[in-house]
Amino acid sequence: MTVTGKDPAPGPPPPAGGARTGPGGAPARATDAAEPGGHGRPARPDEPDGPNGPNGHGEWSSARSRRGVPWLLAAGLTLLLALLTLMSAGLGAYEIPPGDILSSVAHRAGLGGGELARVPESVLWNVRFPRIVLALLVGASLGCAGALMQGVFGNPLAEPGVIGVSSGAAVGAVAAISLGLSFLGTWTLPAFAFAAGLGTALLVYTMSRSGGRTEIVTLILTGIAVNAFAGALIGLFIFLADTAAVNRIAFWQLGSLSQATWPKVLAVLPCAAVGLAVAPLHARRLDLLALGERPARHLGVDVERLRVVLVLVVALLTAAAVSVSGVIGFVGLVVPHLLRMAAGPGHRFLIPGSALGGAVVLLAGDLAARTVAEPAELPLGVLTALFGSPFFFWLLRRTRRRQGGWA
Amino acid sequence: MRLFGLPGARTAPPEPVRPGDVLAEAEALHVRLGTREVLAGVDVAARAGEVLALVGPNGAGKSTLLGALAADLPAASGTVRVHGRPAHAWSARELALRRAVLPQSATLSFPFAVEEVVRMGRAPWAGTALEDEDDPAVAAAMAATGTADFAARPFSALSGGERARVALARVLAQRARLLLLDEPTAALDLRHQELVLRVCRERARAGDAVVVVLHDLGLAAAYAHRVVILRAGRAVADGPPAGVFTDRLLSDVYQQPVEVFPHPRTGDVLVSPVRDS
Repeated sequence: MTVTGKDPAPGPPPPAGGARTGPGGAPARATDAAEPGGHGRPARPDEPDGPNGPNGHGEWSSARSRRGVPWLLAAGLTLLLALLTLMSAGLGAYEIPPGDILSSVAHRAGLGGGELARVPESVLWNVRFPRIVLALLVGASLGCAGALMQGVFGNPLAEPGVIGVSSGAAVGAVAAISLGLSFLGTWTLPAFAFAAGLGTALLVYTMSRSGGRTEIVTLILTGIAVNAFAGALIGLFIFLADTAAVNRIAFWQLGSLSQATWPKVLAVLPCAAVGLAVAPLHARRLDLLALGERPARHLGVDVERLRVVLVLVVALLTAAAVSVSGVIGFVGLVVPHLLRMAAGPGHRFLIPGSALGGAVVLLAGDLAARTVAEPAELPLGVLTALFGSPFFFWLLRRTRRRQGGWA
Repeated sequence: MRLFGLPGARTAPPEPVRPGDVLAEAEALHVRLGTREVLAGVDVAARAGEVLALVGPNGAGKSTLLGALAADLPAASGTVRVHGRPAHAWSARELALRRAVLPQSATLSFPFAVEEVVRMGRAPWAGTALEDEDDPAVAAAMAATGTADFAARPFSALSGGERARVALARVLAQRARLLLLDEPTAALDLRHQELVLRVCRERARAGDAVVVVLHDLGLAAAYAHRVVILRAGRAVADGPPAGVFTDRLLSDVYQQPVEVFPHPRTGDVLVSPVRDS
């Protein structure tokens, strides 16, 4: 053994895959996989590190400056959401100027303004607004569910669509349509989607864990198996359904929001609202769960209860999204991931931020879906998959490189 | 922590600790992992103001004993008490206010910054009067472990030894009176091994009970007040290192000739395997 008189930690090794400079000069955080890859990567001279003095004031101040990022992001996303809402309300086959929209909203809220003519007023309140609200609910649910799922599994690749929870929920929804069930009124579809989604989430959870850890490969493969099985069940229910039901299922499966009505909004509101309200309460404990199950327990987290509650919440959110618009993939994967890269992995921002970001993405997606190919309408699910799949592919490649391959 | 009742409402705050109080003890403890009996009747007590080292060959049950004292592993028979109460009678939160645990390997699923990881150690105190200590506790823990220099770096970008020290800083920031450390020096260079064990001594001097699993008998001899030697799930010796570290016992336990001799200058106990040639 030799005595080293120097501090062994001068060279800051950046995360692999090219350290990018994030806002505030801090190295942008890239997400690591469940098991952070090999230690001690070679130092890079170009790492923006600030003055690394004996007491490291430079680094402390860069950590501080990063703390403003979540607030900036939240403000930016909110602004974007407001803008998109206004655009979505105004654009389309029947254009309504923004001034008229604001005036009509103010009128209904009892803040002056004035009612529009019969047609624009009806288009706005019976067609556009329910659709916007539905897009917001579905998007927020998808984004939030993705962030929660990744936190519970401690894995950035987990997402209700990828691991099969969405397909599971879809089986419940298709069953309800196919068998013509309506004993719970408009809530029948969400209720079935919830029950089936919950069952699937629990199944995937127990099947893909061993020894308190979830390996990426096991998780993805479990997702493939579950998706295949769910696909078979959906096929079976379509086979059993009559022609009218087949049409409803086919339309629903494309993932469109075009049939939005206020009753539909009311049908998914309970699931989405409860899920979105409960999720942020568990943010701090999800942070601790990143340390692993035992360390989280050592810090006072009742891990078993946390997991059960969060799987329930994920099932609620997924059911809300799926029962409206079929399986819309990748929103829950892309949104939390981008936010984590920009603002760090803390769940106190990530959970509400992902809900906000999901709403923005879905609203923008829906706006594009119905305006790009006017007067035809692209299916929203197709659009999100078109952009989401390449991102997922990139994420897979990067995670694999991090871990030095999956034998 | 807020969905099921307010924090602190039902959680008992930690009791004051006097030097010499037994903060963790095992009595006739048997622990099974699967079908194998890993601990076969162990008695051990960790007292406030004392560094207790658990040593022994691989598979002797050191980590299992630590896990049982941490209330991670259930006792097949016998009892484990933490702060005088059976370990399973505490809630996870109450335990977190009383004991901190350093696991053998530190992993993190998401790239939190080092300072955020250390701050996680303060989680049990959220909503209590001692929440105000968060900032000084985090700063002190990082200073003690020499991790303040890379406070802003993501944990996933650190070397193994740096990660180990950050994990220790998190445990220190928790400010529990009972510290259970599983091989805190395994990934560290010579300087940081010494640093970590000096920190253990300081915590003991401040009145904490420190239980530490060590492989390096020299470190155990130099820094522990008391040593428990484990062999095949039983404690074969318990006492100050100068008393229990003998040529015969260590050679027997490790099945490797070992010699114990005084340091030529200080007279401290040195342990070395006997090497021919």
